[in-house]
Amino acid sequence: MDLSHTDAENAFRAEARSWLRDRVPDRPLPSLETAEGFAAHRNWEAWLHADRWSAVSWPSAYGGRDADIFGWLAFEEEYYAAGAPGRVSQNGISLLAPTLFDHGTAEQRARILPPMASGEVIWAQAWSEPESGSDLASLRSRAVRTDGGWLLSGQKTWSSRAAFADRAFGIFRSDPEAARPHHGLTYLMFDLAAPGVTVRPVGRLDGKPAFAELFLDEVFVPDEDVIGEPGQGWRIAMSATGNERGLTLRSPGRFLAAADRLAALWRTHGDPSDSGLRDRVADAVVGARAYQLFTFAYASRFAAGDTIGAESSLNKVFWSEYDIALHETALDLLGPEAELADGEWAQGYVFALAGPIYAGTNEIQRDIIAERLLGLPKGRR
Amino acid sequence: MRFVLDAEQREFARSLDALLTATGTPSVVRAWAAGDHGPGRALWSRLADAGVFALAVPETYEGVGPLPVEVAVSFMELGRHAMPGPVVETVAASVLLSVVGGPAAKEWLPRLSSGAATATLRLDGPYALDADAVDAVFTVRGEELWLASGPGAFRVSADPARRLFSPDDGGTLLARGTHVAEGARVAGDWAAFATAAQAVGVGEALLRATVEYVKRRTQFGTAIGSFQAVKHRLADTLTGLEFARPLVYGAAVSLAEGAARAGADVAAAKLAAGGAAYTAARTALQLHGAVGYTEELDLALWLRKARPLRDAWGTPEVCRGRVLAG
Repeated sequence: MDLSHTDAENAFRAEARSWLRDRVPDRPLPSLETAEGFAAHRNWEAWLHADRWSAVSWPSAYGGRDADIFGWLAFEEEYYAAGAPGRVSQNGISLLAPTLFDHGTAEQRARILPPMASGEVIWAQAWSEPESGSDLASLRSRAVRTDGGWLLSGQKTWSSRAAFADRAFGIFRSDPEAARPHHGLTYLMFDLAAPGVTVRPVGRLDGKPAFAELFLDEVFVPDEDVIGEPGQGWRIAMSATGNERGLTLRSPGRFLAAADRLAALWRTHGDPSDSGLRDRVADAVVGARAYQLFTFAYASRFAAGDTIGAESSLNKVFWSEYDIALHETALDLLGPEAELADGEWAQGYVFALAGPIYAGTNEIQRDIIAERLLGLPKGRR
Repeated sequence: MRFVLDAEQREFARSLDALLTATGTPSVVRAWAAGDHGPGRALWSRLADAGVFALAVPETYEGVGPLPVEVAVSFMELGRHAMPGPVVETVAASVLLSVVGGPAAKEWLPRLSSGAATATLRLDGPYALDADAVDAVFTVRGEELWLASGPGAFRVSADPARRLFSPDDGGTLLARGTHVAEGARVAGDWAAFATAAQAVGVGEALLRATVEYVKRRTQFGTAIGSFQAVKHRLADTLTGLEFARPLVYGAAVSLAEGAARAGADVAAAKLAAGGAAYTAARTALQLHGAVGYTEELDLALWLRKARPLRDAWGTPEVCRGRVLAG
């Protein structure tokens, strides 16, 4: 059992650190949840892509660096330690791309991945519906067969990035007669500018139009934009939610960097006699390390060829609650200043509040942990 | 990087689990708590034959160590089976003596390694565990290492299987010098580390017993394990344990490397593991209900251990201080 890095990994990390030191903007970009910030972040994606840092784990043919999972983790640590901007391409890179690698065609990968890596096409995810959040089996939006493709109708909501993005991916009910509700779903990609699509931005708790409702009225999608076999959407989406709940959405680098900033805040703003607050700062430092090491163990198993299943629910519950506790501690340290909404910690706090809600609520995750990892009987929800 | 146990380490865990299961530790624990050390000493010698007490002893003193990852593996099993006795203290005393060296190391380490002798020790804490049951009670005061002349006054622990003593200062002076203070510091880290691993095992046993219980126990016509409130509490308990475990292995890697961050890593592991085991105990008691609040049920052996292990060899307060000191 070891935690050492190879010379190649250390060299890769050093190269990333040096590149980030030269290129990370001195001042934070405007919020990517605004039109201006979205454009600035799209620009940053292009910068990253120009030197192949936008998707380091991808094959070089698509603009990546063929980094393995440990290389990716090292890059993420450097990225967040450098204070680099949030990733506007995250939905595409962390959710759609792994799905295409597993279930897409060579043609789809060649057509979709390079402009995703460059930020030329920014992807929104369109899974949730008004009556269907974590329970994807209850989806009602339809995909109806037509010549050469499908017609999408219905409503999607809480669609991340959709206010400003170019395209979206989601699952639709293609066979209402299917024997079970999670059969008969198909995974499709569509243009947000296509005829029949209406995008209505929805103000988030932080006042930013970060996500949107999508109204779809017979939106045509060609067959080439179906991912995998029609009717297999549930299985394909589940493999992607494993990614979302697990490694790819929240890398340890983010929390290690945040815990370092919190410890620094404690040293400058902390009252040494306030042991309650001191304890919470220590817990945040321990939590970041726990998350990093848990991820290393997870990555080691992954690299050895193991598949990761319901354990990703442990991961999701942990990071989402950790993120809130970390930010609450920072706000308590700041005192009355914490109320100022434009502060880095205040913004991070509001963002963290969504963690236990999205990517499958933590209630659903705890059910998965209890049933699949502990073997408890299914019950009424 | 390969941050997982290898096949040999997993097999070591399985063989210890089998050995401890075959022995049936609850009767051993009950006897130990009543002051009958016979069954505990017999099990000790089987564990020694399996190599457990050689892991912290260097090869120069007839051990196989130091092998902190294997120590973590074995102490998780010892915790899972509620093994009584000064297991942590014997390992920590071995580390202390191997740093101090000299005649005391030559005399005691081969015997501790083989299981021929057991030891307990008091560093800066108030008690020496099970001092009436061991062959050597070591105490450290500043830069002096002493072999105590007797166990000292007996104090009752919240866990009857942990018999606490306050050995008198004095006895035989074994060594003096800065290396003693350094040895005590390293031994303190190892004691906290082994306790953290033991706590993870205790938490796992409590969680496993509780999961089995809530699957069987019915209320309102259905197994209580199908109720979401029950499931979610158990899910949180598992999450706590699963995130404590890598901290324990991370501390093992730091100890093996002699890394500067080892003390902080051990403190982080101790904090998380002690907390997770204690949470597991609270969950186990709550979900067993009144059945769990009885001494007859073997669950009590683990329930009463969780809280003392949280505080022994580094309270949460002390651990948090070390984590922030870096």
